[in-house]
Amino acid sequence: MQRSRARHPLLPNLDESIVSAMLQRAGASSVDDLFSDIPPKLRLKRRLNLPEGGSEYAVRREVQARLAQNKTPPGSLCFLGGGVWPHYVPAAVESITSRQEFYTAYTPYQAEMSQGMLQALFEYQSLMCELLGMEACNSSLYDWASAAGEAVRMAGRVTGRKRVLIAGSAGSQRVDVIRTYTEPMGLQLESVAFDPGRGTLDAADLKKKLSDDVACLYMENPNFFGVIEDQIPGLLEDVHRAGGLAVVGVDPISLSLVREPGACGADVAVGEGQPLGIAMNYGGPHLGIFGVRDIKLARSMPGRLIGITSAVADPNRRAFAMVLQAREQHIRREGATSNVCTNQSLMAVAAASYLSLLGKEGFRRLGETIISNSHYAARRLSRIQGLRSPHFRGAFFKEFAVSYRKAKAEAVYRRLARKGVLAGYPLRRSYGLGAEAGLYCVTEVHTAEDIDRLAEALEGAV
Amino acid sequence: MKFRQAYWDEPLLNELSRPGRVGTSVPSDPKVASRFADPASLVPASVRRGSVDLPELSELQVLRHFNRLSQMNFSVELGMYPLGSCTMKYNPKVSEALAGADQMKNAHPLQPAETVQGLLSIFYELERSLSEVTGMHRFSLSTAAGAQGELAGVLMIRKYLREHGGAGRDEILVPDSAHGTNPASAAMAGFKVVKIPSDASGQVRASAVRDLCSDRTAGMMFTVPNTLGLFEGEVAEVCQAVHSAGGLMYYDGANMNALLGRARPGDMGFDIVHLNLHKTFATPHGGGGPGAGPVGVAKKLADYLPVPVIAKKKGVYGLDYGLPHTIGPLKGFVGNSAILLRAYVYIRLLGASGLADVSSLAVLAANYLWKSLDPEAFPASQGGGLVRKHEAVVSVKSELPGAALTVAKAILDYGMHAPTVYFPLIVHEALMLEPTESEPVEMLDEYAAALAEIYRGMKDGTLGPVPKNTSVGKIDEVKASHPMTLRVHW
Repeated sequence: MQRSRARHPLLPNLDESIVSAMLQRAGASSVDDLFSDIPPKLRLKRRLNLPEGGSEYAVRREVQARLAQNKTPPGSLCFLGGGVWPHYVPAAVESITSRQEFYTAYTPYQAEMSQGMLQALFEYQSLMCELLGMEACNSSLYDWASAAGEAVRMAGRVTGRKRVLIAGSAGSQRVDVIRTYTEPMGLQLESVAFDPGRGTLDAADLKKKLSDDVACLYMENPNFFGVIEDQIPGLLEDVHRAGGLAVVGVDPISLSLVREPGACGADVAVGEGQPLGIAMNYGGPHLGIFGVRDIKLARSMPGRLIGITSAVADPNRRAFAMVLQAREQHIRREGATSNVCTNQSLMAVAAASYLSLLGKEGFRRLGETIISNSHYAARRLSRIQGLRSPHFRGAFFKEFAVSYRKAKAEAVYRRLARKGVLAGYPLRRSYGLGAEAGLYCVTEVHTAEDIDRLAEALEGAV
Repeated sequence: MKFRQAYWDEPLLNELSRPGRVGTSVPSDPKVASRFADPASLVPASVRRGSVDLPELSELQVLRHFNRLSQMNFSVELGMYPLGSCTMKYNPKVSEALAGADQMKNAHPLQPAETVQGLLSIFYELERSLSEVTGMHRFSLSTAAGAQGELAGVLMIRKYLREHGGAGRDEILVPDSAHGTNPASAAMAGFKVVKIPSDASGQVRASAVRDLCSDRTAGMMFTVPNTLGLFEGEVAEVCQAVHSAGGLMYYDGANMNALLGRARPGDMGFDIVHLNLHKTFATPHGGGGPGAGPVGVAKKLADYLPVPVIAKKKGVYGLDYGLPHTIGPLKGFVGNSAILLRAYVYIRLLGASGLADVSSLAVLAANYLWKSLDPEAFPASQGGGLVRKHEAVVSVKSELPGAALTVAKAILDYGMHAPTVYFPLIVHEALMLEPTESEPVEMLDEYAAALAEIYRGMKDGTLGPVPKNTSVGKIDEVKASHPMTLRVHW
C-alpha cells in the first residue's frame, strides 16, 4: 500500500491483516513485490497528481453543488430537439432500469443464469420489429448517429458499390458521423437537395443522382426540420429500381402516427431510441436502433442478436440465447460485421418497458398529444412579428423550423436561454435554408401555458 | 454456497396482453386538445399509420413482468462475477443517485454551454484526471464504449499518417492474445491486420515485433497487461521498435485496473490510449452496456481527437468541435455523459491514494485466487512463474471435451458467475479469472473451493448435468442460431 489506511467502503481487503494473509498465499513478500515485473524505468515513482478521496457525503455535496449550476427543467423550459428530445419518462420505467439485477450485470454470456436480460432484450427486438416494420432488429447500438454509420457501411459491404446519397434534410450530427464511419471504405457521400418551400426531399434531384453505382440512400423521416416526408414510398422505390438499399432514420415516437419505414420500403431502419423512456442525459447514454426488413440481411448486421430456443433437456421449456455470433468480433475478429461489443442493453430494457407501459392505445394517444401540441405552438408563434412559423410548408410531427426576418438565429437562441427558455437551436448555414432559422421541438411535456411562455420570450428576442 | 435461482415461467409481453388496458397515462392539455378534433389527419394520408400493435398491460403487470425477469438475471450485487477482462467491480450507489439528478437527466446536449457549466466543469476535471492517470496529453470523452475508443484510435493513426507522408502504411500489428475488438477495429479503419505471435511465456517480444515491422506498418494495438494477466515486460522496446519503423502505438486500456498509480501508458511510449470507464472506473455494465470509452493522445495527436472535446476559455467551459485535424465525431452529441459523471464520482471517492489501492488490491486478489487453485487441475499454460496483474488465466486439465465449458456451467450452480472461457484463444480450455478489488477474501476462498469441488466431480464422474440450479438448465444454443428466432410475430 502506498499509504496505510484502515478502511474504505469500496475496498474490503484493505486492512493490513488481510493483506498480509493474502500475500502469503500469493507467494509475495509485499504488495510492491506483485508489481516487480514492471521494469523500474516504467514505474510511476510519485503519487498521482489528483486530490485525495472524499467521503460519500462530501463528494455528493460537491457534485450536487456543481450540477446545481446547470439550467435544466423543471427550472427552465426546454424546447430543444434535433435528435434528443424532452419526453416524460414514467416512474415505472425508472423503477425497472434501477433494478440492480439488470444494471450491475454484463452481457449475458452465461445464458442459463441471465435469462432475464436475454428475454427482456428479445422482447425489445420484437417490439422494435413491430414498430419499424422490420424482420430483424439487433439488441442495440450506441445511438442513432453511430447506427446510421453502421447501416451505411453495411450497405457498402452488401452492394459492393461506392456512392452514397444522403438527404440534405438529414441531421448534420448523423451525417458527420456517417462520414467518419465510412471514410476508410472509400465511400463517396453526395447530398440530395430538398424542396426549399416544403422542406421535403427533392424527388427530381434524387432521380438525377441515382445510378447503378449507388450503394444506398440515407434519409430521415421526419427529417431534421421535423417535416414528414410524404413522398417517401415513391422515393425508396426509385432507390430500389437503381439496385440500391434504402436506409431510413426515424424518431420512433413519430411511428405512432407516421407509417413505419418497413411499409414505406426501407431495407434498413435506424433511429434514436432516447424518446422511449430514456432521459436526455446531456447526450447519452441513448439507444441506437438498427433493423433490417429482409431476414437474409440479418447475417450481415452489426450488433448482438438474441434468439428464442429451449433447454437441451426439455424442448418445451422456452429459453433465450445470443445467436448468429459468428458475425461478431469475439469470433470473427477482423472479418466481423462490426467491432461493437459493449452496447446499450440497459437502454433497450428501458425502451421495452416504456413501450409495454404505453401499449397500443397509449402510444397512439401520445402521438396525438405531440402533434397537437406542436401545431398549437407553431400557430401561436406565427402570431409574432418578425418571424415565419413554421418556416416550411410541409407537414410536421413534433419539430418545426422558425425563420427570423431580421434577427440572427444564434442571438435568438442565446436571448431565449437567458430568459430560462432553451429553444430555437440555430440551423447551420450549411443546410442552405437561405434564412436565419431555429429548430423548435414541442412534445407531451409542454402545456399551453409553457407554449405561451415560449411565445412571450420569443417576442422579445426577435 | 447453496443457491437456487428464481424461475418464473414468464410469458412474453404479447402473451400477457389483453385489449383495453394501458400501463401509463399520457399528458394532454385540454386547452390544446380541444382545438384538434382529429390530430392524426395532420399527417398526410400517403404516410399515415393505422395502428401499432403493442401489448396492452396495466402498470403493475408491466412491473411484475420485468421484475420477474430481473430475478432471473445474475449480477454483481448478487454474487461474485469474475468475468475476465470485463472488470466486474462494484458500482457505488452514490454514483447512481447523482446520475439521477434532474440537472443531469434533463440537460439537453444542444443547450448553450453557458447553461450547463456545472456538468462541463466536471467533464473538464474528469479529462484532466484521466490524462494524469494515463500520462497522456489530452482526452476526448465522446466515444461511447471501448470498441468505439479503439476505432477512434486507429482512425487517428490513419489520418495522422496520411498527413505525414505515410499513406502507404496499411498494416496494423495485433498480438494473438488481443481482444477481438482490436482486429475488428483495425479492419473497420481500412487496415490489414498482422498477427504477432506471443512467446512461450505468453508475452510479446520486441524482436518478434521488429521482424514484422516494415514501411507498411501503420501501428500496433497493444493490451498491457495482456489478456493472460501478464505485464508486457518489453513494452518500452516494442514501442521503440514500432516508432522507429514509422508507426504509432495504441494502448488498449481494457486492463488498466492493474496499473492505477503504478505505471502509465504515456510513460511507456504509447501515442494513443482508450479507457473503459465501465471497467476500471466502476460505472455499471448495464447488462451489456452502456459504457464509455474515452480516448487519450500524446501532444502531437491532440488535434486529431474525435470531437467534441471539452474546452475551457477564460474560465468558461464549452464544447469544441473545431479541432483542425479531427477524425470527426463517432457519436452524436457529447458522449455518454451520465456514465462520465459516474466515473468522476468514483475518482473523487478514491482519490490519488485510493486509486493506487484499487490496483494493488485487484492485483493481490488475482494472484491470491490463482494461487488458491490446484495447479494440477488448473495449470497456467503460459508464464507459470510470472506474477499476475488484474487477472489469471488457467487451463482445465481434463480428457473430457469442452472441459472449460463444463466448469463454467457448474460454477453457476454455486451462485457465482463463470470466468470468461475459451479466451484468450492461445490458451487450451481457458478459464480467465478477474476477481477485482471488490470481492472480500472469503468470497475468493469460496470460489476456489467450488472450482476444486467441480474438478473432483468431473474426475470421478459424479458431477452430473450442469447447470441445475439456474433458472433453466443447459440451453440449446445451436437451435437458436437461425434468423427466424429473432422476433415474435403477433
